[in-house]
Amino acid sequence: MTKRAPDVSASPPRRRSKYTLAPLVLIAANVVLFALFFLWPAVIGLVYSFTNYTGVGAFQFIGLDNYQRLFGDSTFFDALTRTLLYTVLFVPLNFVFSLLIANVLVSRHAKGASVARVFFFIPWLLSPIVVGVLWRWLFGENFGLVNYLIEKFGGSAVPWQSNADLSLIVVVVAASWAWTGFSMLLFIAAIKNVPVSYYEAASLDGAGPWRQFVSITLPSIAPTSFIVILLNTIHAMKEYPLFASLNNGGPGTSNNLLVQYIYQTGFKSGQIGYASAASFVLMLILMAVAIIQLVVNRRVENR
Amino acid sequence: MTTTDMPRKVDAGPGRAVPRKRSRGAASGGLRRAVPATTLLWVLAAVYGFPVLWFVLSSFKPAGDLFSSLTLFPDDPTLSGYKAAWDGANFSQYFINTTIVCVIATILTVGVSCCTGYALAKYDNKWLKVFFVGILATTMLPGEVMLAPQFLVVRDLGLYNSLAGIILPAVLTATGCFMFRQFFLTVPDELIEAARIDGARELSIFLRIMVPISRPIMLTLAILSFQWRWNDYIWPLLMLNDPEKFTVQIGIQSLVGAQNINWSVVLGGSVISMIPLIVVFLVFQRYVMNANINAGLKD
Repeated sequence: MTKRAPDVSASPPRRRSKYTLAPLVLIAANVVLFALFFLWPAVIGLVYSFTNYTGVGAFQFIGLDNYQRLFGDSTFFDALTRTLLYTVLFVPLNFVFSLLIANVLVSRHAKGASVARVFFFIPWLLSPIVVGVLWRWLFGENFGLVNYLIEKFGGSAVPWQSNADLSLIVVVVAASWAWTGFSMLLFIAAIKNVPVSYYEAASLDGAGPWRQFVSITLPSIAPTSFIVILLNTIHAMKEYPLFASLNNGGPGTSNNLLVQYIYQTGFKSGQIGYASAASFVLMLILMAVAIIQLVVNRRVENR
Repeated sequence: MTTTDMPRKVDAGPGRAVPRKRSRGAASGGLRRAVPATTLLWVLAAVYGFPVLWFVLSSFKPAGDLFSSLTLFPDDPTLSGYKAAWDGANFSQYFINTTIVCVIATILTVGVSCCTGYALAKYDNKWLKVFFVGILATTMLPGEVMLAPQFLVVRDLGLYNSLAGIILPAVLTATGCFMFRQFFLTVPDELIEAARIDGARELSIFLRIMVPISRPIMLTLAILSFQWRWNDYIWPLLMLNDPEKFTVQIGIQSLVGAQNINWSVVLGGSVISMIPLIVVFLVFQRYVMNANINAGLKD
């Protein structure tokens, strides 16, 4: 199966091209999976986005009609703007809380950090569906604990489910809660890498904890902050299961996000071609985010 | 990433930070600072822990008490919600299905990623370079973007409404391949050279030497993969229409999506679905926390 190398010592150790069969055998399984479940769908997805395919039977090429229709479709625009609004709310909230918690966890003054860490981490383990159910249980309009407490203290029940904006806010809070564990781990690793001598020097100069945080910690962990924002943005743009279980994109269709829109046009109403066009708009947005990452990375490296 | 690594790292955080802030007058200043910092930490921990606590405690209440007695602890703890979910709502079947999917998908993912990662790290030819770019491309085009075409492909392969249709598309993950590649890049080439001089064949070098030493990475990826597959929702939802084949997540969502939600069953079923992940996490905590999850975003 593999060739022995008689002149091992003559060739450079790392880069050797004479072993071709062994690596190809090793990647064979993944190549097949890649071709079947990535390459093929990507190609037919692009093709279908120019057709009126419904999933069965024949289809016709209709050029850019799907894309034209998409830009005149107010449901699509509602989904797009709602997704952007969700992202704009979720990313900063998650950022602030994970950074705060990461800082408290690495501080030597806080006792019991290794136990407390588990509390922040468990929500990240739970599936988005369970997270949604859990927050729905807390924020139920007629039965939830939150409204019960509000009424008990003299307030009137808040329409957490029937008001579109309040409903979105509940999802934002739930998502930030669930994703803190992930962002927090990245921040903890970054904060631990900041040289201790910086803080010593700063405290000799009389800088307080807040000043140290702003002038030392924040600039030092800037690359990590950027990654956290980026990953969370991509994650938020693709969110669907959390909405599905928390408010099912409702009330009505007011909180339908892009992926739900794609799912519903593609699978509920069978407009595969149209849904593929919507998918490619989502892909362009995600690619734009990825390109921003590349550009910023390059700029940081060049500095 | 050895077994002894984790405890040290936990303590290393506060320990290493000791000289960070002012070292003089540490005893009195320490206490003055310890109180607010510890309070803040535990208030936050309580806020984060409370939703789960309330949910789990509620699940022990009898169905009649769920909306009437909003006390923290159930007056009359019962397992009736769990029984209704497990037997009545068929969660026993969902649980078995999900376990099958998770175990098979995880074994395949770890095996395939290990092979690919090793090939990408230790060999060099143009096909590998092309494939490396291909794997990079999968991170740019997440599954959510290709729901419809992927569905059509899997349907045309005859895998619709089968567990294989959930498992196979999930096996290739860029995260897994890159984790192994990163690891094998740190393994010295001399190890391979020595084995080659001794006459070992390429694949037996991989199987006898490289696979055993990559065990920590395998475990980390196995945990991540288990979590991804356990929590998967959209793809199984598209693939399965036979309720006998549902996974746990679809089972929960089909209860929550109903017109009249039977909360007692939902609570029981959801808590059942949390148990495997929390057990896995608590047992293998050090592997999850140490993992370079920079690349390990949900997949």
